[in-house]
Amino acid sequence: MSKVLMKGNEAVGAAAIKAGCKYFFGYPITPSSEIPEYMSKALPEAGGVFLQAESEVAAINMVYGAGGAGARVMTASSSPGISLKQEGITYIAGAEVPCVIVNMMRGGPGLGSIQPGQADYFQSTRGGGNGDYRTLCYAPSSIQEIVDLVILGFDKADYYRNPVLIVADGMIGQMMEAVEFKDPAPIDLPEKDWATTGTGGKRQPNVVNSLFLQAEELQAHNDRLEKKYKLIEENEVLYEAYGLEEAEVVLVAYGTTSRIVKTAMKQAEAKGIKVGIIRPITLWPFPHDVFKTIGNNAKGILTVEMSAGQMIDDVKIAVEGRLPVYFNGTQGGMVPTPASVLADIEKIAGGTK
Amino acid sequence: MLDKRLVIIIGHYGSGKSEFAVNYAVKMKENHDFVSIADLDIVNPYFRSREKREFFEEIGIKVYDSSIRNVAVDLPALPAELMGVILNPNSRSVLDVGGDPVGARVLARYSEQIKNVEYDMFFVINGRRPETSTVEGVLKYLKLIEATSKLKISGLINNTHLLKDTTVEDVEFGHELTKKVSWETDIPIRYEACIKDTALQITNKEILEKLFPINLYMREEWMS
Repeated sequence: MSKVLMKGNEAVGAAAIKAGCKYFFGYPITPSSEIPEYMSKALPEAGGVFLQAESEVAAINMVYGAGGAGARVMTASSSPGISLKQEGITYIAGAEVPCVIVNMMRGGPGLGSIQPGQADYFQSTRGGGNGDYRTLCYAPSSIQEIVDLVILGFDKADYYRNPVLIVADGMIGQMMEAVEFKDPAPIDLPEKDWATTGTGGKRQPNVVNSLFLQAEELQAHNDRLEKKYKLIEENEVLYEAYGLEEAEVVLVAYGTTSRIVKTAMKQAEAKGIKVGIIRPITLWPFPHDVFKTIGNNAKGILTVEMSAGQMIDDVKIAVEGRLPVYFNGTQGGMVPTPASVLADIEKIAGGTK
Repeated sequence: MLDKRLVIIIGHYGSGKSEFAVNYAVKMKENHDFVSIADLDIVNPYFRSREKREFFEEIGIKVYDSSIRNVAVDLPALPAELMGVILNPNSRSVLDVGGDPVGARVLARYSEQIKNVEYDMFFVINGRRPETSTVEGVLKYLKLIEATSKLKISGLINNTHLLKDTTVEDVEFGHELTKKVSWETDIPIRYEACIKDTALQITNKEILEKLFPINLYMREEWMS
């Protein structure tokens, strides 16, 4: 198929259908409303079901049910709506049900604004709900990448029996870009022999639940989950890195801000400053190890986010105190400019050469 | 430009209406003293022409948008001055309308007044949008939007593109598509819009005759 021009939100819907998603439950919210709008039209045409729930809480529990019955299912929202879904997400994680959840982040806290934001990093990577759980968390920086990661996300959700978050900002949701839908590489996935698909009178009922009344049983369940999360940490880290060995300044950014940072990097290089970049594609698991490959020329790290500084905590953990970590951030729907990032690069490098 | 005093830009959602409207207003300003652009997009929360207010005012184009002066609000509020924009015989005006029938609905409220003045209504076509990549797809939207607006489309704009990735092949594909739509509807092709870099490489005579090279004013430098 040749390239087409799509809005990020539409592309998310199209990618999910391509990945075999048959159910979408959601409640519209700017700047992600085009996802349910697209699904309401396209999903029935693909033999699936779209249902606008009465609330985000209802929607995530419908996802829990459909995923528990073994179906490929997705929901999508933006920051305040994702906050409402947190109870359902921890239940889904606890019951080990696969599903894909898309967050087109907007400004916060509270109702915040409808403009783009990246301030749900803590919520996405630390778990916004209760209990010891983790969600595999992808942070695409283009429409093509969000398409590829939604498709990959469905496979990973099934493989690990775990919710997968796609965390982008409103800019990615609202922006138009050229995109191509490639056929996903087939992967071997285990049978969903745990799903509540009806016993047919031939087996004991499957139970999908996150309640364990015996302390020992819950401890054993948590141990098993921990092992799964370790496995995800070992196998699923994705990132893009460039020029770390020679870099005087290393930029760290994800999603939309990583594109702004790349523009600033080119401008800095034109001024003779050597700049490296680390772009986490998975926010959890975070690409800690790649920070070890930063060379001895480095004078500092600059983290750029559309938040008051959230990923910067992970960057500091990864840097292990070797280098100073600086921050450039905007909030309220403001998008950082390449010029402000360039000014910080020059400061850290010690002026223009 | 031989177009009428009032030019209305409509089309399928995401066809590049705002970008064309912005470029069109800038072009208009080269030949006329009094030019205004009215952003009537009640569909999109981002990427609306009102975001470029400062740029327009700098080059002397008047901007009318929502009566609620805030780019971060998606309330379907319209400017009271719009009636003046439509009726004022001394000013050239571009109406940048939201996408699809839902966006065109704002026009129906003014259709009685618009019918009494000289106007052009241009339908923007992007053949690289999945829903308008075939003649049938374009005709479906064209008819629905025209019916909703209660006005007549007077020209087609081939605006087939993939933003900065647009190739000559994309423009030629859109040209053939728009030609077929023109044949089916008896509406003439008015412009063949294309980003400047790609416009330089076009050799097809039919496209060159109506070529309208555009700048991507609505895209930030870091966007593709």
